[in-house]
Amino acid sequence: MTIAKAPTSAPSASLLTLAYNEQALVRAVQATSLHDPIARRLRELGFVPGEPVRIVAKGPVGADPLLIQIGFTRFALRRAEAARVLVETAL
Amino acid sequence: MSTADTLRIALVGNPNCGKTALFNRLTGSRQKVANYAGVTVERKEGRFADANGRNVQVLDLPGAYSLAATSPDEAITRDVCMGKFPGEAKPDLLVCVVDATNLRLHLRFVLEVQRLGLPMIVALNCSDLAQRRGITIDRERLQKELGMPIVETIAVRAGGTQTLVQQLSLSKPAPPAALPDGSDLHAIVNRMLSSAVTMPTRTAAVDDALDRVLLHPVFGLAILTVVMFLMFQAVFSWATPLMDGIDAGVTGTSAFISNLMPDGILRSLIVDGIIAGLGSVVIFLPQILILFLFILALEESGYLPRAAFLLDRFMVGAGLTGRSFIPLLSSFACAIPGIMATRSIQDPRDRIATILVAPLMTCSARLPVYALLIAAFIPAKTVWGIFSLQGLVMFTLYFAGIISALAVATVMKMWSGNRAEHTLMLELPSYRLPSPMNLALGLWERAVIFLSRVGTIILSLTIILWALSSFPAPPVGATGPAIEYSLAGQIGLAMQSIFAPIGFNWQICIALIPGLAAREVAVSALATVYALSATSGDAESALLPLITAQWSLATALSLLAWYVFAPQCLSTLATIRRETLSWKIVAISAGYLFGLAYLASFITYRVALALT
Repeated sequence: MTIAKAPTSAPSASLLTLAYNEQALVRAVQATSLHDPIARRLRELGFVPGEPVRIVAKGPVGADPLLIQIGFTRFALRRAEAARVLVETAL
Repeated sequence: MSTADTLRIALVGNPNCGKTALFNRLTGSRQKVANYAGVTVERKEGRFADANGRNVQVLDLPGAYSLAATSPDEAITRDVCMGKFPGEAKPDLLVCVVDATNLRLHLRFVLEVQRLGLPMIVALNCSDLAQRRGITIDRERLQKELGMPIVETIAVRAGGTQTLVQQLSLSKPAPPAALPDGSDLHAIVNRMLSSAVTMPTRTAAVDDALDRVLLHPVFGLAILTVVMFLMFQAVFSWATPLMDGIDAGVTGTSAFISNLMPDGILRSLIVDGIIAGLGSVVIFLPQILILFLFILALEESGYLPRAAFLLDRFMVGAGLTGRSFIPLLSSFACAIPGIMATRSIQDPRDRIATILVAPLMTCSARLPVYALLIAAFIPAKTVWGIFSLQGLVMFTLYFAGIISALAVATVMKMWSGNRAEHTLMLELPSYRLPSPMNLALGLWERAVIFLSRVGTIILSLTIILWALSSFPAPPVGATGPAIEYSLAGQIGLAMQSIFAPIGFNWQICIALIPGLAAREVAVSALATVYALSATSGDAESALLPLITAQWSLATALSLLAWYVFAPQCLSTLATIRRETLSWKIVAISAGYLFGLAYLASFITYRVALALT
């Protein structure tokens, strides 16, 4: 599996910047280290370029964790996990 | 066993694909639950006959998102499928279970499993739900693209597995062709979905609506509080008649046997030892089953992962994880199933932290002790117009357990040097109605585990403690109660020097010894010490005036504080050993619980002495 890199041209926003229910597409998952098991698992869970993604709920304290709709599945991600997912909002 | 006419299959699939429901439907009650050798991952095996009457042995492998395992469960699934797990034969055929409403995620795993080169069948589960949501799946086409047979199953409906059983009766399909290395599995899935599947919406409308309310920062927490309150209310009020029934049964049985047998050592062993000892533990079966009925129903419905979501931030603050919620909730019935439920926590550090604090949740075995002491020492008056003082004290004791669990977990978090990131990544499945069959099988499993524990560990401990309390017999002409002269009595008297600073008299020290087997036995042991019959059903009411007269309020409060921590449950320690495979963790739990209990009692006793 290749490590997806964010294109250098446009700065990519992370999933954390999305508003509640705002539609976006996954651009890449950024690994925080060479062997980042969390980034790898996120890709296996379906966080791959082009997938529609949105925030469907936020945790009661500090908006942590976030409930993310990816594909047909909902995952609760802590903010540090969600920060790895770079997204682009549909214009 | 002959293997020639037995087909060995394994069910694999993502978590929440309905795999276990399918397993239950296929095998019914012909299941064996154990552990995989050397690890604490549950191994579920069952069997059924296919259409030709051939025996099919089916292994329900742990759910996995990927064969690149990140947890012990996933490693088991990978190793068994690859035939690498010691002592497990490689399955003849894999049944890959996918949720028809979540094909985007689940088909990727099918493609990953396909690389193993084993014959495969895909079970398209929840096909009824998919239909209701307007999802149409061209089964023939998908079958051709995947290169393996696909059958539609509805695990929650009787006969919903018929198609799978028929397919298994045919000759084994050839192993599917492997995909070239480096293929982008997500891209392949998307291509298959666009050619064979139409999905009008990404989510079920009902999930959206429910999550908006149930995960709301304010209403969500309020609803969770109400659900928990109703659950505990039900546990205590519904269980009472059943517990009274068991109590009457135990009393009746011991009276019946007492009349049949001549007085002597054998009768004492059977009546005072075995029946009284086991009866005092079996009596908690109704509470445990009612609590588990709620937990299983909430879990099946998809609500419990939502509770984990709501509470995650609070639990992380204390060094736990949202996933700790379910094990800690179970620990209110009994720490043993609670500790066993920590298997669902993938992060090993979070799991150990949860195991260590689980005994601080007030288990139902502490209730009789609380009830006795509160009735004896706390006046039945009303405070602030609406609250009963006794009820408030009971609430405080429960609350003290929760607060100290959070405090202990926080301290452990500060001590541990490991700063690596803890993960959550928890899937919140679609809501569904719990199926009565799955609930019944789940409860049955719990009851069997609990009763087999009663029949083994608790039975042997009971006999040992009976012997300690009965021998040696009092010398001729002795005046005190018999137990005072026994080994247990001598140990209790010797212990007094340690426990005098926290206000325990020698009678309490003696009662702590049988309390090792099960905490609630302490009540009947106190009754024995005060020369009452421990087996009579109303030992408690006879005991009340005695201790009210003889103990100081400070001693009673000190004993209550002791029981908040109550380190003396051998079965819990045995479970911790079995679940962690580490004596060190056992020593740490026993040590810190004892230390906290002593400290709390000491402070309580001294403060109460100074004030009274």
